Amino acid sequence: MSRYEEMFLRLHQRAEGAFGGFLMLGDPDVATSAALLDALVEGGADMMEVGIAFSDPVADGPVIQAAAERALGAGVRVDDCFGLIAQFRAKHPAVPVGILTYANLLAARGRERFMTDAAAAGADSILVADVPSLEAEPYAAAARAAGLDYVMIAAPNTPEPVIRRIAELSSGYTYCVARAGVTGTRDRLALDHDQLFGLLREAGAPPPVLGFGISTPDQVGEALASGAAGVIAGSALVRLGADADGLRELVLAMKAATALPGSQEEQHGRFA
Amino acid sequence: MKHDGRFGRYGGCYVPEILVPALEQLEAAFLEAEEDPQFGAELQELLATYAGRPTPLTRCRNLAAGTPARIYLKREDLLHGGAHKTNQVLAQGLLAKRMGKRRLIAETGAGQHGVATALAGALFGLETEIYMGADDVERQQLNVFRMELMGARVIPVTGGGRTLKDAVNEALRDWTASFPETHYLLGTAAGPHPFPTMVRQFQRVIGREARAQTLEVEGRLPDSVVACVGGGSNAIGMFSDFVPDEDVALIGVEAAGKGLNGHEHGATILRGSHGILHGTETLVLQDSDGQVADSWSISAGLDYPAVGPEHAHLKETGRASYVGVEDGDALAAFQALAQTEGIIPAFESAHALAHALELAEAATEETVIVVNLSGRGDKDMAQAVKLLKGAEA
Repeated sequence: MSRYEEMFLRLHQRAEGAFGGFLMLGDPDVATSAALLDALVEGGADMMEVGIAFSDPVADGPVIQAAAERALGAGVRVDDCFGLIAQFRAKHPAVPVGILTYANLLAARGRERFMTDAAAAGADSILVADVPSLEAEPYAAAARAAGLDYVMIAAPNTPEPVIRRIAELSSGYTYCVARAGVTGTRDRLALDHDQLFGLLREAGAPPPVLGFGISTPDQVGEALASGAAGVIAGSALVRLGADADGLRELVLAMKAATALPGSQEEQHGRFA
Repeated sequence: MKHDGRFGRYGGCYVPEILVPALEQLEAAFLEAEEDPQFGAELQELLATYAGRPTPLTRCRNLAAGTPARIYLKREDLLHGGAHKTNQVLAQGLLAKRMGKRRLIAETGAGQHGVATALAGALFGLETEIYMGADDVERQQLNVFRMELMGARVIPVTGGGRTLKDAVNEALRDWTASFPETHYLLGTAAGPHPFPTMVRQFQRVIGREARAQTLEVEGRLPDSVVACVGGGSNAIGMFSDFVPDEDVALIGVEAAGKGLNGHEHGATILRGSHGILHGTETLVLQDSDGQVADSWSISAGLDYPAVGPEHAHLKETGRASYVGVEDGDALAAFQALAQTEGIIPAFESAHALAHALELAEAATEETVIVVNLSGRGDKDMAQAVKLLKGAEA
C-alpha cells in the first residue's frame, strides 16, 4: 500500500479528513526550511506538499511567487530540495510527501532522472503545475516507472473527458482547485464542487483533495463537508514566513477542523 | 484540442489544466475564422484601409553599392503602428470580438506590442490592460503614454526580474482567472498552442507579399530571406511562404548582444537548450537546473529568453539557419540605412540588416537578398541619442 493509501485508510478509521500543508523548499533558506517542515508535522499535518522553486511560476499567486524568489535568491538548487526531502523522510517515515513544480525543471534534469531522483529522496508523488492532461501521458509514465504517484489537477470547469483521463493517468490523490485562477488565499470559498467530486467518484479518480484558497479552519470544515477527502493549505502557511510557532498553531487549528461529522463518514468511505 | 500544436518535438500546450478550456475555445474560434470568408474579408479590409497593406518592397539604391548584391526591404515599418505587429493584433482583435470577449490583456517589453494591442482595443471597443515590467514602465514612459492615450491601462509588474518574461507570467495568471470575458492577445509566435500557429498565419501575409513582389521585380525568387528573431513572429511570417522554395536560404538573426561567449545576449537558438517556458516546448536560455536566465539586447524586441517553437524546429530540420549579430554591428547598420537610404529602422530590424550587409559584402556573384524591415526606428530615438551621442562625447 502507498503512503497515501495508508494515510487515507488511517484517517477514515478516525473519521477525519486529511490536512496537507504546502511549503516552498529552501524558503527562506535550507536550514530554516527543514525546521518549518518539522513544524508542520508537529502541528498535525497528515501530508506534505513541497514546492521546488521555478523562476517563472505561472500557476502561483504573489505569496508563493515571493517564496520561490526567496528560495532562488538564497541560492537553493534542485539538489538541495531533494536533500531536504531525504532529511524529512528519515525523520517522518509515514508522512506522504508530494512535489509540486514546473515542467522546465524536469526538462532540464531529464524527466526520467528527475522522477528517479525524487523517488530516491523519499517523495511519494509529483504534480507538474504546467502539464495539463493533454501533455500528461509521458509524465505519468515516467512517474510510474520511478515508483511515484502522478497527481493531476481538476477544477469545476474541467470537462468530463479530462476527468476520465485523470482517473486513467493519476494516482495518490486528485488535486482539486477551489476556483479558477492562481494560488492564494481567499476570504470566501466558492464551493461548487459537489458535481466535480461526483464526476471524480464515478470515473474512479483518486481521492479529491481541495487546494487553492484554503486559509482558515472554517474553510477546512466547509471543504470536507462538501465531499473532499482532504485539503491543502499553501499561501496561508507560506505567508507566516519563518515563524515556526505561528505555523504550528495555525496547522493545529486547521487540523482540528478535519474531524468529520457522522453524516459525512459514509461519503468519505467511498474514497478510502 | 483539434491539433497538438507540435512542430517536430517542439511546441505543445503546457499550461495549468484550468487554462486549457480558454485555449480550446481559442483554437476552435481560430479554425472557424480561417474557414469563414466573412472573417477573411473583414480582416482584409482592415489590413488594406486601416493598416496600409500591401507594404512596398523597396530596393536599396546605395546601401550595398559596390557589391554584387541587391538588397530589398520589406517595408513593415510603413504599416500603421510602425511595425509588423499591427497585422496580428487586428486579426486577434477581430477574433476576440467573434468570441464575445469584452476585454483584452497583453504583455509588453519596451511597449511596442502594448501600443499595438492598445490600438486594437480602441478600434474594436474592448477594455484593454497591458502588463509591463515595472522597470520597463520606468524606462519607456513615452510608450506608456501612447497606450494610455489610446485608452489602455498599463499595469506595472513588480515580481521576478520586472521585465518582459515577468509580464508574460502575469498576463497568463490574469487569464487563468479571467478568460470567460478576456482574450489574451499574446504578442509573438510563441506561447501555448494555438498561439504559435495562429500568430504565424496572421503574419504570413508578409512573406506572401514579399515573395510575389520579388518575383515581379526580379523575375525570380530571392537567394536569401533575412529576418530578426526575438519571439519570432516577423521572421516566421516572412519565412512561411518561402519554406517550400528549397533554393531560398532562410536566415534568422538573433541578438548576440555584448557577445555570444558571455551571458548578455538574446540568442536563444544559438545558445539556449531544450526547455519549456510560457506554455511551449522550445529552446530556452537557462541554467543547468532549468531556472530561466535574463536575456540582453539593445533591442527590447529581441530581449526574450525563449523563442517560438517553429523556429526551434526549422533550425533542427536545417530548413532555416540562425546567426547572431552583436549590439555594435546592429547599431552600425541602423546608422548605415539612415545615411544611405534615408530610412531609420527599428533596432530589431537593424540586426537583420546587419547580417544582410555581411552577406552582400561576402558575395562574389550577383545575389538577391530580401530583408524584413519589421519596424521603424522612431521608438528607439531616445536610446540612439544616448548610444551615438554618448559614444562621440
